[in-house]
Amino acid sequence: MRFIALRMLLHDRAKYLGILFGITFASLLITQQASIFCGLMTRTFGFITDTGLPDVWVMDPKVQFVDDVKPLQDTELLRVRGVEGVEWATPLYKGMLKARLDDGSYQTCIVIGLDDSTLVGGPPEMVEGSLADLRRADGVIVDAFGAAGKLARPPAVKGAKPRPLGVGDTIELNDHRAVVVGTCRVSRTFQSNPVVYTTYSRATTFAPQERKLLSFVLAKAKPGVAPADLAARIQRATGLAAYTHEGFRDLTMLYFMRYTGIPINFGIAVILGFIVGTAIAGQTFYNFTLENLPHFGALKAMGATNGTLVRMIFLQAALVGSIGYGLGVGGAAIFGAVTKGTEVAFRLPWWLLLITAGAIAIICLVAAILSMIRVIRLEPAVVFRS
Amino acid sequence: MSGAAVVPNTALAVECSGVTKSFGEGSARVQALRGVDLEVRSGELMLLVGPSGCGKTTLISVIAGILDQDGGDCRVFGESVLGMGAREKIEFRARNVGFVFQAFHLLPSLTAAENVSVPLLLNGVPRNEALARAKEILALVGLGDRTAAYSSQLSGGQQQRVAIARAIVHEPRLIVCDEPTSALDGATGISVMELLRSKALRHDRALVIVTHDSRIFSFADRVAQMNDGRILEVGEPALAKA
Repeated sequence: MRFIALRMLLHDRAKYLGILFGITFASLLITQQASIFCGLMTRTFGFITDTGLPDVWVMDPKVQFVDDVKPLQDTELLRVRGVEGVEWATPLYKGMLKARLDDGSYQTCIVIGLDDSTLVGGPPEMVEGSLADLRRADGVIVDAFGAAGKLARPPAVKGAKPRPLGVGDTIELNDHRAVVVGTCRVSRTFQSNPVVYTTYSRATTFAPQERKLLSFVLAKAKPGVAPADLAARIQRATGLAAYTHEGFRDLTMLYFMRYTGIPINFGIAVILGFIVGTAIAGQTFYNFTLENLPHFGALKAMGATNGTLVRMIFLQAALVGSIGYGLGVGGAAIFGAVTKGTEVAFRLPWWLLLITAGAIAIICLVAAILSMIRVIRLEPAVVFRS
Repeated sequence: MSGAAVVPNTALAVECSGVTKSFGEGSARVQALRGVDLEVRSGELMLLVGPSGCGKTTLISVIAGILDQDGGDCRVFGESVLGMGAREKIEFRARNVGFVFQAFHLLPSLTAAENVSVPLLLNGVPRNEALARAKEILALVGLGDRTAAYSSQLSGGQQQRVAIARAIVHEPRLIVCDEPTSALDGATGISVMELLRSKALRHDRALVIVTHDSRIFSFADRVAQMNDGRILEVGEPALAKA
């Protein structure tokens, strides 16, 4: 009877496409919106992901997320280095400084100051130049996206395209001259600000005068010491907050989840997609079943059991569900591919596909159950009442 | 009587005694059957006639096992459908009863052969075998060249022929027909009845047909006249009134 179920479904093109549209719409909206949400969340901890070498991040206990810098005294670095199990510990400066552009305007940049001797915490990928070039006088490395965008030099001729900031160009950071010695590729930041890497000592020169300028201490565990154990030891010994790579990433993400409207806004879009998809698919599928009730009645009269008819409806729902899911997820993936490298934050992890599949399964189940109830309650004698 | 080739035997195909059935509750209650007694013999084509709302359709629904009566007994080839469990009843129907509906109820998404194969599929016959058998039966009812046609490509008469083929393909012992000619013009109605008489009726099979159509009375072996939920009389077709 499976082929009958499929033929019934595919025969009524308008209804079939209507059901498919509802499910595809839901699948697309759920996947696309949730992927943008994931993309945004990933951007919140992009800097932590980029800084892959250290095992433990040490900071002021009041820090709530990676951009919430509460400076420490430089002496804290020595205290951390003294904790048993620490292989090495380096200082890191992270702050927001204004860069003066050639046209006189200002652009806020994220300035990262790396340990002068080791340059630990540098960008994950260099595009031009090398990390060691930071040792050159006034040297800074600028992220390629920022160099081509917000920090780009104005065109020489009016109407021409701006010229990306390149090696050898100079910028003013907080009234200090800085020379671009390289460009790098980093994860996009949440606010899309350009990222500028330099040495710790130079960054503290660029930064406004403050008593404390050490943002984080990056520590590496000795072989055989678990990062989580080391973080606990540092916390006990220094009274500072210490997180593993993953722990700091989760702390940052949780902050944005808890204190920003992002999850609610995207959650609403996802729920709307789910509701609208359920309504369209459910209503159309139910109408499709209603129109076929006389046929289901005839099949019942001829000896089809409720189980057979329920399996037929389930198969129909499963088919449109699978195709709609595939189209929706495929559409979302295409959206992701098309918007790659733009301002759109898009990340489609494998588990999101499972979540969408679960949501679509629920939509199909709701649509099918409504129809199944109608068919189960159908008296076969109805076929004689036409 | 036209085309009568089968002599009814004495074995009873349908035996109803004191069958009652009502619908609704309280003041809306309608007594559709008020103690119906009816016997249909094997090899017999019986017409149930009477005015609208007299209980004809309710009676064939009870006889076919798709509606439970409130009281009385109705046996089909000696078996009481009422006493059967739901599953047993469905299996009994799938094996022993063929249906011809006024509105044909052919699945529009299936070809004629596929429509005819449905009762065989419901009886567990493999699809290829069912399709082959369906094509043979379609040839028998004169539609051997239309096996691949969809119902929308067939005339009303052809659709009813497909429905008749579907009703007989699984060799049921009882065929119930509800107004099989009412949606057809006179000549087509006659040809459909000729087909039912010549191809569907056998010495070990009974046909019970509900109709208003007095033009087809002559095809019956006997006609049961109903009114107000009762059988008034069962007799020769010549004596029957629409």
